Amino acid sequence: MNSPARGSLLGIEHLDTKEILGLLQLARRMNPLKARPLLRGKRVVLLFYEASTRTRTSFELAAKSLGAMTTLVQSSGSSIEKGESVIDTGYTLRAVGADCIVMRHASAGAPHLMARHLDIPVINAGDGMHEHPSQALLDALTILKHKKSLKGLQATIIGDIFHSRVARSACHLLTRFGVKIILCGPPEFVPDVAATLAPGLRVTRHIEDALRGTDVVMLLRVQKERLEGQKIRLQDYIARYQMTGARLKLAKRDAIVMHPGPIIRGLELTAEVADGPQSVIVDEVHNGVPTRMAILARALGKAS
Amino acid sequence: MLTAKSPKREAASLLIKGGHLVDPAAKINAPMDVLLRDGRVAEIAPTGKIRGSADEKFDARGLIVSPGFIDLHVHLREPGQSYKETIASGTAAAAAGGFTSVCTMPNTAPVVDTADWVTWLRNPERGAVVNVFPIAAATRGSRGGTLTDFGSLQRAGAVAVTDDGKPILEDDVMRMALRLGAELNLPVVQHAEDTRLTENCSMHAGATSFRLGLRAMPAAAEAGIVDRDVTLAQQVHESRLHVAHLSTSDALKAVRRGKRAKARVTCEVTPHHFTLIDENVGEYDTNFKMNPPLRSAADREAILVALADGTVDAIATDHAPHALHEKQVEFERAAFGITGLETALGLAITQLHRDHKIPLTRIVELFTAGPSRVFDLPARGSLARGNFADVTVFDPKKRWTFEAAKSRSLSRNSPFDGWQLTGKVVATIVGGNIVYRTD
Repeated sequence: MNSPARGSLLGIEHLDTKEILGLLQLARRMNPLKARPLLRGKRVVLLFYEASTRTRTSFELAAKSLGAMTTLVQSSGSSIEKGESVIDTGYTLRAVGADCIVMRHASAGAPHLMARHLDIPVINAGDGMHEHPSQALLDALTILKHKKSLKGLQATIIGDIFHSRVARSACHLLTRFGVKIILCGPPEFVPDVAATLAPGLRVTRHIEDALRGTDVVMLLRVQKERLEGQKIRLQDYIARYQMTGARLKLAKRDAIVMHPGPIIRGLELTAEVADGPQSVIVDEVHNGVPTRMAILARALGKAS
Repeated sequence: MLTAKSPKREAASLLIKGGHLVDPAAKINAPMDVLLRDGRVAEIAPTGKIRGSADEKFDARGLIVSPGFIDLHVHLREPGQSYKETIASGTAAAAAGGFTSVCTMPNTAPVVDTADWVTWLRNPERGAVVNVFPIAAATRGSRGGTLTDFGSLQRAGAVAVTDDGKPILEDDVMRMALRLGAELNLPVVQHAEDTRLTENCSMHAGATSFRLGLRAMPAAAEAGIVDRDVTLAQQVHESRLHVAHLSTSDALKAVRRGKRAKARVTCEVTPHHFTLIDENVGEYDTNFKMNPPLRSAADREAILVALADGTVDAIATDHAPHALHEKQVEFERAAFGITGLETALGLAITQLHRDHKIPLTRIVELFTAGPSRVFDLPARGSLARGNFADVTVFDPKKRWTFEAAKSRSLSRNSPFDGWQLTGKVVATIVGGNIVYRTD
């Protein structure tokens, strides 16, 4: 049991503010089309225990833009299927020459377990309901492309915050820089305890209250299967919490609409909002690559 | 006799000289010498007043002499899981922790649900160095359906019944268990967890579980079952309910309600629940994962009050050894449970006596008279003349560091590795024989 290797990125919560600023600065300078091959000869393993489109592709493109080799390991078709433990998989990947592991896992804390047993950096690409640090960084980058600074902004996060690693990481990051955040949804998705996650958080059940005067609207995907067994019905959720054009008018005129994807049109938001002028959903995806280039460059000690 | 004979040379008589005897059941708290002969307490007298010679003498100057400690709740993993622990290794750890008697839980492989397995557990061939009192399963295979044959289990030596690890969930089954237990004067031990509320959960529901993104067990999942059980115990005349590893403030309220109503309701608390809280899980440290989970700071405060005021009957370790490969996995997949036999006294003195000013006499009671009453272990829990010669000698001021790597248990899963504790066992005597002595 050791502390994680330098350059690891396990979460936002325990990341120094200086490091966050450094990563954001670096991400701004990164251009996947005109990148220097900082990571030439490095081997980056993408270890994905869970499905992913955006995160996996953008980490892969980020690594390749910087000249690194990448290989993808997924649970199906690997020894994971045969019952190999997380730690043993880590030892194996290390032994074949991995310089860095980018890891997504359905269980909270799995990257922390990996990092405690390996001497190479581990990057959390989403662990269960816990954190998704690269998403929070690319979201901050996206906001900063539309707003002068984070300080003094109000952000509203609507949806299934309980199950959302994106929301947890966003709360840790944005509140660190003085953003006031309102969390909005039914108690099943936004329990009162959510307000304890970081300073400057407030919980409300009323979308009108949540949207009034806000600068940033962040929507989260609602998984239909998670509504099953909950007290709230899908139709009720849509009636009370769907982001519509009319509701968006309650926010500031220059408010931006974000969503980590995948979006379900007609559920948490209307197509009108998703494709509207205030939507920055595609920008977020676009910012994913430079953000992850910065994370990988930092991980492999090529951050300067 | 349940004690396996020590292979060492046995002294027919042993005089413990110069110590300070704390025997709450006998209301003794004074300098006393204790003479043990032929496995029994022969004489108790003020220092220097015991005449005649003894085969062996033990110098207890500066030390506390106490009735042997009794642990109502241990998992020694036999039959079936000897890679985690054996009766020999687990009782060696018990001896090092000052316990002269341990009550073993039946959630082994197979489950101890027949008289034959109870007999097997008590067989001297198992190599126990302290007394082993089996607790048998309350339902067949601990599946929660059909009751086991309490009578034959009791005749084979079971001191209580339980489905520990799981609750007896169905109202009717619990009522029948209490009723049958009442006929036989046999306690029913409940692992109070409403498993309908705790599926896939790995810690206590609160700010920490939310922060870590872990599905979590609400305090109500424990309190609800305890509340129901207390009500049933009040309804079933003469029934005996014992609440295992109680961990929440609301469950304590239910126990107090039962005790006020003169129902035969008892409860135990573990050292980890009076020492740690949910925040201590840190960044997914699986040595802080157990069931019931570490609770809130307010729950811990309520437990400390209940330990002081007499609501809690016993400190029990819930010693639950696991192999490294069962703990070095994702937090949600990791086995529940921690070892606890060797750290119990140190934690009790450090946390309860030093930090919370609970008198040593009360702490000794929680390790001796309290647990012996819970399961009616005759002639134990006190050093009255004629009782079993089970004695624990400890130094309440000794500071030491617990090192899990040096544990006598086969397993290392302790959250207290490297902790500095005050209060250490110096000698453990079972049936008049010294089975553990500090180096």
